[in-house]
Amino acid sequence: MEPINIVNSVLTPLNRKNVDTDQIISKEFLKRIERTGFGQYVFYHWRFDQNDQPIQDFVLNQPQYEGSKILVAHENFGCGSSREHAPWAILDYGFNVVIAPSFADIFHNNCFKNGILTIALSVAEVEELLAAGEASPLETEVNLEAQTVTANGKVYNFEIDPYYKQMLLNGWDEISLTFQYDEQITKYEATRKAY
Amino acid sequence: MAKNIIEKVWDQHVVYQEDGKPDLLYIDLHLIHEVTSPQAFEGLRLNNRKVRRPDLCFATMDHNVPTKNLPIINDPIAKKQITTLAENCAEFGVQLADMGHPDQGIVHVIGPQLGLTQPGKTIVCGDSHTSTHGAFGAIAFGIGTSEVEHVLSTQTLWQNKPKTMEIRVNGELGFGVTAKDIILAIIAKFGIDVGTGHIVEFTGKAIHKLSMEERMTICNMSIEAGAKAGLISPDQITVDYIQGRRYAPQDEEFKEATAYWLSLASDEGATYDRILEIDSTEIEPFVTWGTNPSMGSGISKHVPSAADFEKESDKQALQKALQYMDLQEGTPLTDIAIQHVFIGSCTNSRLHDLRSAASVIEGKKVNENVRAIVVPGSFTVKQQAEEEGLDKIFLEAGFEWRESGCSMCLAMNEDVVPAGERCASTSNRNFEGRQGAGSRTHLVSPQMAAAAAIAGHFVDVREILNVPV
Repeated sequence: MEPINIVNSVLTPLNRKNVDTDQIISKEFLKRIERTGFGQYVFYHWRFDQNDQPIQDFVLNQPQYEGSKILVAHENFGCGSSREHAPWAILDYGFNVVIAPSFADIFHNNCFKNGILTIALSVAEVEELLAAGEASPLETEVNLEAQTVTANGKVYNFEIDPYYKQMLLNGWDEISLTFQYDEQITKYEATRKAY
Repeated sequence: MAKNIIEKVWDQHVVYQEDGKPDLLYIDLHLIHEVTSPQAFEGLRLNNRKVRRPDLCFATMDHNVPTKNLPIINDPIAKKQITTLAENCAEFGVQLADMGHPDQGIVHVIGPQLGLTQPGKTIVCGDSHTSTHGAFGAIAFGIGTSEVEHVLSTQTLWQNKPKTMEIRVNGELGFGVTAKDIILAIIAKFGIDVGTGHIVEFTGKAIHKLSMEERMTICNMSIEAGAKAGLISPDQITVDYIQGRRYAPQDEEFKEATAYWLSLASDEGATYDRILEIDSTEIEPFVTWGTNPSMGSGISKHVPSAADFEKESDKQALQKALQYMDLQEGTPLTDIAIQHVFIGSCTNSRLHDLRSAASVIEGKKVNENVRAIVVPGSFTVKQQAEEEGLDKIFLEAGFEWRESGCSMCLAMNEDVVPAGERCASTSNRNFEGRQGAGSRTHLVSPQMAAAAAIAGHFVDVREILNVPV
């Protein structure tokens, strides 16, 4: 995966809570056997009506957010299905960072494996960013090394698991790293129960 | 020191531990299906890697498979995905229950059925409803495709140890109340993200009186409360279910295994990071009215009003949900008419589920405005149901009787609810568009789905069921 550290762009305010992965990528797009090409389908049924025409008031269709790399939403983002097609679609569309008060566990893991930075800020902080971002396009800088989000004349600090941070900063392939523990795995297998 | 089952099973599986890193956790069983695995196998090929333990993997086809006119798959992209799994399994030496194979079925139905699912195991699958297998006292959780690739390559996963939670279901279940109603009530009461970062153990008298199939329904939907996994300590009911199954330990080894399994149950006095309680006497047959599984109420209730919520974000969520569902605040749930009934999915497609639905419809007819289908969870469930004559009860009532698969739960195959129409569904998710773009899903138990099929709208199934002797 690609390393990630500093990301600059306007943020996209998606003012919804409990956004589930069925909304991020609908099931009719899960039949492909590739990892790429899912961006065109992200939030499909919120972006397009039944005749495949853009729904103008949906935030991703508004020109002021074009090119945005930072998505901001409410609590429990990415709940539901484990489909990794959801982060693939988000990344392929152009987002590298998702900011929300909380994330569903599997989605959070899936983002991390694809070099997408998930940032948990407090509900009040997220509401501030959403309100400012909805009022006018809000230039935002995310700095993973410093663990800061700078926007709206303010600096928001965030926590991140040090292991996740190292992996993201370096863009390491986790499987290659795990191969270094082959001896431990083999030793474990020698003693593990058959049942 | 007293330990809970979550700590016991977790600690057993730690291969490597170091400060500042997640635990490297060994995986005992890796279940595989066609939708979330092709990119993982492709990753192995691109990096010239092997499957470390093909003997600990088991694959089947469920999400995409048609449930009628087998083996014809009309959708070429779905067909490609299905043939890709068959090719990958052949290339990497993974056992596969292919379409038409007698072991084929929904991955979370066949694992337990074959005896692959056992207490104390760590079980993963590229599917969030892997939590189902927790019913046996296993730590079972859904993973993404990158993690599928990681498990295929290394048989391990880096995992931060989750917090532990006990959800205690006190008291006796009321008449006509099922496992589905318990879990829907838990999610409605505590919220769709209450379990985030936790593994949940379900405890209490009401839980341990349930059969294994009912326990699977409970654990299946622990992901709908956001939990990393949900499980139930093994007891004699667990052991009896496993005995004699094909991949279960046999004879002497079964006796040893039994002692080990029972020793995994949470110790008296074990503690948890968080404890929640619910009184089962307050639970009635449930119906969801909104667009996530926490948006549900007992059948005697009404669609809620904005005034019922304090937070502005909850009022907004209610408004968006009711708009999508085309429902008015304050409508009695029994006034909601439905056009489709789906009995199936990894939540409610086992023999017990089919029996309980059949007991409601026997001798009655499906309402003329309703199209109703039954999709057994596996080929074996279908066969067992047919041996009991359940298929005849369904067919005579006007249900369609299908082949096994995930079907209308997520509508990846041709079993789709049309836009604007409403389905009483025994599945696990009522998200927008889940059963087809623009479709409206109401989650219920098999009995409640069956009752709705007859009436054409939701009814309190307790008024239909015979009073128990």
